[in-house]
Amino acid sequence: MTWLPTPGQTVGPFFSFALEYDGDAALVPDHHPDAVRLHGRVFDGAGQPVPDALIELWQAEPSGRPSRASGSLRRDSATFTGWGRCATGADGRYAFTTLVPGAPFFALTVFARGLLDGLFTRAYLPTASGDAFLRTVEAERRHTLLAVADDAGYEFDIRLQGEDETVFLAHPRH
Amino acid sequence: MSDLLHNTHAPADPDSSSRSQAEVSADMDAVSREYAGSKAAAGDGETRTRLDFPAYRSSILRHPTKDLHHADPEGVELWSPVFGENDLDPLEADLTVQHGGEPVGERMKVTGRVLDGDGRPVRRQLVEIWQANAGGRYIHKRDNHPAGLDPNFTGVGRCLTDGDGTYEFTTIKPGPYPWRNHRNAWRPAHIHFSLFGTDFTQRLVTQMYFPGDPLFALDPIYRSIVDPRARRRLVAAYDHDVTEHEWCTGYRWDIVLTGSQRTPLEEEHA
Repeated sequence: MTWLPTPGQTVGPFFSFALEYDGDAALVPDHHPDAVRLHGRVFDGAGQPVPDALIELWQAEPSGRPSRASGSLRRDSATFTGWGRCATGADGRYAFTTLVPGAPFFALTVFARGLLDGLFTRAYLPTASGDAFLRTVEAERRHTLLAVADDAGYEFDIRLQGEDETVFLAHPRH
Repeated sequence: MSDLLHNTHAPADPDSSSRSQAEVSADMDAVSREYAGSKAAAGDGETRTRLDFPAYRSSILRHPTKDLHHADPEGVELWSPVFGENDLDPLEADLTVQHGGEPVGERMKVTGRVLDGDGRPVRRQLVEIWQANAGGRYIHKRDNHPAGLDPNFTGVGRCLTDGDGTYEFTTIKPGPYPWRNHRNAWRPAHIHFSLFGTDFTQRLVTQMYFPGDPLFALDPIYRSIVDPRARRRLVAAYDHDVTEHEWCTGYRWDIVLTGSQRTPLEEEHA
């Protein structure tokens, strides 16, 4: 029997009162000795920041393994669950406080008002430029999947459309 | 506000438009006709929502123009975040008891199963919902639809699926509401759903609709699922076995995520 998927729909317009929660973007507390920021902005096809997008982050532990710990919605500040969620601000900016994954990328989803279905992408660590998957992406678009190191950690902008449009992913059976 | 809506010289603000429903409907009908005559309409048809659907004006600058890049899930993508009993309170599944009194409107139960593309139940995963109240108003500071706010209704709920993949919420039937996509645009009543599968690549946000809504044909968000069979999969069924005597009506809606990439051998038996 074929189980046909339920199609997606936009998260907009007013998801923020429902999906945001205390500490959603803080996978570790700011004062954690190994804390880094993964931050950036979301832009539309006119190069304008998108103030009503929701970015979700799912990443490996520093060991490289996916965490199997619960507690992503009610954090105890000691358990690293690898999961976070951040709505963009008026300037289109998001920022997570997290740990460097012991695997080459942060897995991200992008939802927004005006975006009819969610999108998947990956923010690769700058050191991962030789990754086998990245080599399957056209050379001139590859940089859209690479985070840039800065003083705080990593910067990763997401462009829904236009010049330097981010590479978004389709997975088999999806 | 009406001046803004009628000013055709206004900058292209995706939030406001003076286009008529008839014009927007004609655009949507043209897409439907083209689809009906295409190869894509055969077999299971197009199962995904179109990202490029100009009748939904806010999508114009927010849809990727390039094809999605094929990627086999790897590493963390083959797993999903774990949500446990400590992440939520069982009362969060009942949206009618979050305040001091009974919310206004039709009390109802919404239940169903979350399955993966092979028909396997998605167990112990987070389901989140949010919705407008019975008057079609969200409790959000930017929602200025002049319908009453209900002090006894926030419109947010969460639960975990059980061992059978079943979720269940008690809530109030949301009302339709106007939006500024075009002149006299109204959304069909709906509940937003956020779902996780066993793999991160199954992550889904969607909307559940109610059977027989007269606004379906007029709505660019619903119709962005171009295959009529695919969009019917977003419509719940009234189920009298869910309805309770002297208490609430009942609706059933099953959700199918995409196929899991993990083999059953790798599944957890926790």
